[in-house]
Amino acid sequence: MAQTVFAPWDDPQAKPLIQFKNVTKRFGDFTAIENLTQDIYEREFFSLLGPSGCGKTTLMRMLAGFENVTEGQILIAGQDMAHVPPNKRAVNMMFQSYALFPHLSVWENIAFGLKREGKPKDEIAARVEEMLRLTRLVKFAKRKPHQISGGQRQRVALARSLAKAPKLLLLDEPLGALDKKLRQDTQFELMDIQEKTGTTFVIVTHDQEEAMTVSSRVAVMDEGRIIQVATPAQIYEAPNSVYVADFIGDVNIINGVATKAEDGYLITWAEGQAPFMAKTPNLFADGQTCHLAIRPEKVAISAERPADAVNAVEGQIIDIAYLGNISTYHVKLVNGQMIKAQAANTRRLSRRTFTWEDRVWLSWTDTAAVMLER
Amino acid sequence: MRRFILIAVPYLWLVALFLVPFLIVLKISLSDIALSIPPYTPQLDWTAGWAGFKDFLGQLDFENFTFLTQDPLYWRAYVSSLQIALISTVLTLLVGYPIAYAMAQAPDEWRPTLLLLVILPFWTSFLIRVYSWIGILSNEGFLNQFLLWTGVISTPLTILNTNTAVYIGIVYTYLPFMILPIYSALEKMDGSLLEAAEDLGCSRLSAFWLVTIPLSKAGIIAGCFLVFIPALGEFVIPSLLGGSDTLMIGKVLWEEFFSNRDWPVASAVAVILLLILVVPIVLFQRNEQKQREMDQ
Ligand SMILES: Nc1ncnc2c1ncn2[C@@H]1O[C@H](COP(=O)(O)OP(=O)(O)O)[C@@H](O)[C@H]1O
Ligand SMILES: [Mg+2]
Repeated sequence: MAQTVFAPWDDPQAKPLIQFKNVTKRFGDFTAIENLTQDIYEREFFSLLGPSGCGKTTLMRMLAGFENVTEGQILIAGQDMAHVPPNKRAVNMMFQSYALFPHLSVWENIAFGLKREGKPKDEIAARVEEMLRLTRLVKFAKRKPHQISGGQRQRVALARSLAKAPKLLLLDEPLGALDKKLRQDTQFELMDIQEKTGTTFVIVTHDQEEAMTVSSRVAVMDEGRIIQVATPAQIYEAPNSVYVADFIGDVNIINGVATKAEDGYLITWAEGQAPFMAKTPNLFADGQTCHLAIRPEKVAISAERPADAVNAVEGQIIDIAYLGNISTYHVKLVNGQMIKAQAANTRRLSRRTFTWEDRVWLSWTDTAAVMLER
Repeated sequence: MRRFILIAVPYLWLVALFLVPFLIVLKISLSDIALSIPPYTPQLDWTAGWAGFKDFLGQLDFENFTFLTQDPLYWRAYVSSLQIALISTVLTLLVGYPIAYAMAQAPDEWRPTLLLLVILPFWTSFLIRVYSWIGILSNEGFLNQFLLWTGVISTPLTILNTNTAVYIGIVYTYLPFMILPIYSALEKMDGSLLEAAEDLGCSRLSAFWLVTIPLSKAGIIAGCFLVFIPALGEFVIPSLLGGSDTLMIGKVLWEEFFSNRDWPVASAVAVILLLILVVPIVLFQRNEQKQREMDQ
């Protein structure tokens, strides 16, 4: 894939499509969104990730115009949205509850927005057919929402929000009810649509794999704040906190105390054990507590201590999770800490090198682990 | 066996409380008036056996129904009843829908109270409530006194003993039957549907027409039938509030029975009324059925 990198957020000249400026949203005395500032650029596929109740839907609803901002400002294409009603925004939203009109057929649901624009009949029909084909609903066009399955309803909701080809499309957990195969297909479909139409997507998802696949950037949220915004690779490789590291993918966290060494830090993590070595661009004071975050696939497992390993530690295999192409070994260190290590299953199961109760060595390089303050 | 009983009970109920009385009325409507107790003939003579029964059947005829078609009073009363019932139903809908809508919009904690207020009038006698409208609508009534006092009018309005008073009475009496089904339809409605409509380019008003109204359609239809059906045969309201020119079939029926003591003609009037009512009742049932299917 030889193409110029899409990274308008690194370009100081680029104009953001959406600007949150110190946005706070309160429901009574409950703060759902707290002093949030964030830019989202045109053609982005921006994912919101976070636990239930962290304010993802609220953020979407403010963009769509269903919730007023308590403090701060939201700008879309440079225009303050404060007094613009939902029907005057070039924004469409796919609702988490789908919100399909029960009295209208699938076809009429998809046509609803187009009819409001007063487009000619045949143009509407052509567009609806296109959407039906895209979401594979052609056979169900005449059915009412209560006559189709949950997954099909979700696709109707998606088709309806796509039909008007909005500048900004908000998708609140759009693919949750689809089975894996259809979900992947739809993900690629979404990316394809985005390529073709240049629509900007803001998408809420629970599925981090989905977020990693489709996003230009991922925002990890917690309690009304964005904890980190970065590309999927950055979020995965360089989380800025234990919270983010833990939220995205599998991770081992080792707590310890940092001491400055010549080109990195030594982390003392258990009494009588050799400290771990880690490199980081961040600065730590001597004696500061820190957390080492290491992805299981970056931990090597071997029978003998590898001669050239910077970090190596002995432990005992407690459990093995066989996942087909890879296996995850749960290894207990001397201080009782559990470390997960992943290894590719290049050999047949019966000839596997390690088994339960085996004593093994775990090792990783000095750049494999991320040193985190919090 | 258990299933048989479960099915049989409602049918027995229907036979005992609807079919048997209907057959009796039908039989009377086919009889002739007579100066006896009861005031019609023939009477079935059980002792005469099969021959007596055949003789009895032979004496039944459709004379009374023919009579109804000949005297224009009757069909005019039917048409006028239909007209009054129809107009009252529309008026009740116009008054009831906004009330039901406001109730459905009200905060959750208010709704039980509002519902109670709608049902509250049922706790006093219907007759007393209609009588009290006489006190309100008469020439010296509260309404005229109030309007004279505010200076809106200089001479009292004649409302009592006109069709206007009948409309007021019917709308007032049957309003809860309109409000409750509409309210229940509106209350079920998912608020995000309106947001979706707005999101797709509707103004508030067009979202109301395109989403709220269609989704409360079943409630509107149910409410209209619940008002229309009893209003068609209404007797108390036109007799108490209506004037001499208020023509309603319920009143005609009453007069045939009690003033003229012509039971056969009165029964014929009742049978025709029932036949007219069968149409809206069947439509009402169909609407309920469809709604149940939608809800599943
Ligand atoms: N209309 C509302 N009134 C009061 N609290 C609300 C309202 N909408 C959302 N909240 C609260 O705001 C928080 C964030 O909600 P939401 O944005 O729906 O979370 P998410 O979509 O991330 O699961 C939740 O704690 C929720 O209870
Ligand atoms: Mg949500």
